[in-house]
Amino acid sequence: MATPTMDKVEAEAAASDHLITVTFRIRRFNPEVSADAVWEDFQLEIDPKERVLDGLHKIKWDLDGTLTFRRSCAHGICGSDAMRINGKNRLACKTLIKDINPAKPITVEPIKGLTVLKDLVVDMDPFFQAYRDVMPFLVTSGNEPTRERLQSAEDRERFDDTTKCILCAACTSSCPVFWNDGQYFGPAAIVNAHRFIFDSRDEAGEQRLEILNDKDGVWRCRTTFNCTDACPRGIEVTKAIQEVKRALITRRF
Amino acid sequence: MKIHKYDTVIVGAGGAGMRAAIEATKRSRTAVLTKLYPTRSHTGAAQGGMAAALANVEEDNWEWHTFDTIKGGDYLVDQDAAEILAKEAIDAVLDLEKMGLPFNRTPDGTIDQRRFGGHSRNHGEAPVRRSCYAADRTGHMILQTLYQNCVKEGVEFFNEFYVLDQLIVEEDGVKKSAGVVAYELATGEIHVFQAKAVVYASGGTGKFFKVTSNAHTLTGDGQAACYRRGLPLEDMEFFQFHPTGIWRMGILLTEGARGEGGILRNKDGERFMEKYAPVMKDLASRDVVSRSIYTEIREGRGCGPEGDHVYLDLTHLPPEQLDAKLPDITEFARTYLGIEPYTDPIPIQPTAHYAMGGIPTNVEGEVLSDNTTVVPGLYAAGEVACVSVHGANRLGTNSLLDINVFGRRAGIAAAEYSAQADYVELPENPAELVVSLVEQLRDSTGTERVADIRKELQETMDANVMVFRTEQTIKTAVEKIAELRARYQNVSVQDKGKRFNTDLLEAIELGNLLDLAEVMAVSALARKESRGGHYREDYPNRDDVNFMRHTMAYREVADDGKDSIRLDYKPVVQTRYQPMERKY
Repeated sequence: MATPTMDKVEAEAAASDHLITVTFRIRRFNPEVSADAVWEDFQLEIDPKERVLDGLHKIKWDLDGTLTFRRSCAHGICGSDAMRINGKNRLACKTLIKDINPAKPITVEPIKGLTVLKDLVVDMDPFFQAYRDVMPFLVTSGNEPTRERLQSAEDRERFDDTTKCILCAACTSSCPVFWNDGQYFGPAAIVNAHRFIFDSRDEAGEQRLEILNDKDGVWRCRTTFNCTDACPRGIEVTKAIQEVKRALITRRF
Repeated sequence: MKIHKYDTVIVGAGGAGMRAAIEATKRSRTAVLTKLYPTRSHTGAAQGGMAAALANVEEDNWEWHTFDTIKGGDYLVDQDAAEILAKEAIDAVLDLEKMGLPFNRTPDGTIDQRRFGGHSRNHGEAPVRRSCYAADRTGHMILQTLYQNCVKEGVEFFNEFYVLDQLIVEEDGVKKSAGVVAYELATGEIHVFQAKAVVYASGGTGKFFKVTSNAHTLTGDGQAACYRRGLPLEDMEFFQFHPTGIWRMGILLTEGARGEGGILRNKDGERFMEKYAPVMKDLASRDVVSRSIYTEIREGRGCGPEGDHVYLDLTHLPPEQLDAKLPDITEFARTYLGIEPYTDPIPIQPTAHYAMGGIPTNVEGEVLSDNTTVVPGLYAAGEVACVSVHGANRLGTNSLLDINVFGRRAGIAAAEYSAQADYVELPENPAELVVSLVEQLRDSTGTERVADIRKELQETMDANVMVFRTEQTIKTAVEKIAELRARYQNVSVQDKGKRFNTDLLEAIELGNLLDLAEVMAVSALARKESRGGHYREDYPNRDDVNFMRHTMAYREVADDGKDSIRLDYKPVVQTRYQPMERKY
C-alpha cells in the first residue's frame, strides 16, 4: 500500500484550520423586492478545500437568509445546483474554492437562457419539456421475454456515456444557440435521445431521429463544445450530438 | 388556499414514490407531490446495486437471500416481509430491465452480479454474487429509469411542493386519512390535496447527523407529519452508519468497492477486518464493519495525525477495473480529496446513512396506527417506512430492492383502495396547522437562528448516539435535544417573502429533525441491549428475552399542550428462522 500522497493530504488537512478570506459576488434578483437584478458582495472566511456550495451555505446560514439557490445531495449526483461560477457553468457542490482562484472575487450567477425566478433559481420547466419531447424511455414491441432482454457488453457500452446525465442543465444553458432561441431542444435533450437511439434493445430510434430532424433539432448545433466543457459528469456531449446527426444522414445506429 | 381532489396522492418522487406512481397512475387519478424535482431525489446517490438471487453468475436462491436479510437485521426483521422482499426481488430487477435500466452485463448478455456485504451462499458459507448493478451508479440508473417510465405513463407531478401535514379524521373510532396539506415553494401558496389514498415515500432523516451521506433535504418530513398527528414511529433507534464515508465529509463510497476486492487497512497497513469477521472479512454487515473501524481508531490504530480515520485500499486493483466498475467513487476521491485511488488509499470513516425505522406498515404498505390497526387510505414505502425488512441493520443493496418491491406494492394497494373507497370529508379548517406554522415562523421576531440550532443538534447526535452509545451519552443527547426544542420556539427567519422562501422551509425542516431526533434518542435510551446498528457499550449483548420486539413511539399531548413520547412495543414476526448468534 502506497502512502506518500496520503502524507501530503494529511499534512494539508492538519493545516486545514487555515482559513482564507474570499469575496463571493452574487447576482441577486427578487421580484418581490425589485424588478432589477443587482450584484452583491459577501466576504467570508472559508477553508479553500471547501466547495462553492459550502460558501453559499455560509452566506445563507450566517449572513443573509434570503439568498436563494437549489441544492440537495452536495456531491454532484442530483443536479440541483448548476450555476455560472466565474463565467463558467458548474455544479457548486463539485467546485472547490481553491480551484477557482479565490484571490479574486468569485462571481456566481444563475445559468443562462432560462427565466430567473429568484437569485440563482431559474425556471426549469422548459428544460424538462424539451427532455420529455424526445421520448426519453425504452420503446419495444412484441411479447416481453420472461427473463431479462439480452444485451452484449459491447452493445451496453455503446450508450454508456449518455446514461450518466443528471439533467442539471449545465450543458443546455451553456449553449449560445439555446441562449438565442429557447425553442432549440438543447444538448441535454439530445443526450437523452442518444441514450435510447443507441440502445440495442430500443425500437423507436427512427421516431426520435425524426423529432430531432425538426428545425429546432440537432441541426441547430454549431459544435462550439461549450456543452462538453460544461458537463459535470464528463459526458462528451458534442460527440453525442454529432453521432445523432450522423445517424440522421446514414439512418444507421 | 387551493383545494385539489385526486384518487391517489404520492408524497415523494424518489425510487419508492415513482415506482408507486407508475402503478397508481395506471389504476387511478394520481398526483405526485415532491419537494424536489423527481430526478434530484437521493435514490440517485445509491451506488453499489440491488440484490436479487438471479443466479446469473453462480448458484443462488431467494431463501438464502431471505436468511441473509434476517441475520443481517440481527433477527429484528419481520420474517414474512423479508421473504416477500427476497422472493419478489427477482421480478423487481427484471421489471427494471424491461423498463430500460442499463445494467452491467455478463459475457452471455445477462445482468451481471457482484458481491456485497452480508450476502452469502448457503447461510453464511462464503460471499455470493447477488448484487445487480450498473457500474457504481445503480441508484442513478434506477431513478432515471423510473422517471423515464413516469414520463411514458404520463404521471402528474407537483414539483417543489412540500407536504407539511397529514390530515387524519376519526370516524366511528377509526383513524382515517383524508389527504395532505402542501406548501408550494415557488409562490408560498398552501394547497390541500383531498385524496382517497395517500402514499408516503419521502425518504430518510439522516440530516440530524453531521457526518452523513444524506442529502441536505433528507429531513424526515413524512415521518414528522404522521408522528405529529398521533401515528407511531417504529424502531427509530436503529440507524445505519455506513463504514466508508469520505473522511470528514461523509460522502458515500460504495460497499461495492469492497465487493470488487477493496480492503480496509489501519495505520500499520493491517487488514483488520480479518480479526473481526474471519469468513466475510471486509464484507461483513455494515454495523459490524463500522464498529470494527471505530475500535481500531479508539485503540490507537487510526490513520492520520489525529488517528481519526482508516484507509479504503483499492491500489491493488487494476485501473481498468476501477474505471469500469467504480468510476464515480474514484472520481469523488479525486475531486474532494485530491488523491489518485490507483496509487493511494482513500481516507474513510463511518457516515450516518440509513434509517431502518420509520412509519410502521404491513406488507401491503398500509400504515398502522398501533400494533395491528390499519389506517384506511394511508400507505408508506421505502426509507420513510418500517415494514420491517431491515430490522436492526439493513444489508447493502436491500434498500434499492425495498423501494422497488414495496413501492410497487404500496402503489397498487393504494390505487386499488381508492378505486373502491369514498373520500373522507376534510376537517373544517384543513390547512389550519400549516397556516399557523408558516405564519408563526415568518412573523417571529425571535433571536434564535436555524443554522445554530441545527449545528448543535448535529454535533450532539454525532457525539452521543452514533456507532457507540451508553446510557450517559444518550441522556446527554436527550437533554440537549430538549434544550434545542425549547430554543426552537424562539427561532426566526430573515426571508419574509412568499417566493422561493427556502429560509422558511429550512426552519420547518429543522422542526421535523428535532422531533425525530428526540424520538430516536428516547427509543435508544429504553433499549438496554445491543442489536444491529444500535450498540450500547453498557449492554454489549443482544437480549432476546427482553428486547426481541419492535419499539413503537407515540407522541402524547397533555392538557397543558406539552408533548411527550410514550413507548410501546410490538412483537417480531418469526416464521422459519430461529434467532442465532450473529457471526461473519
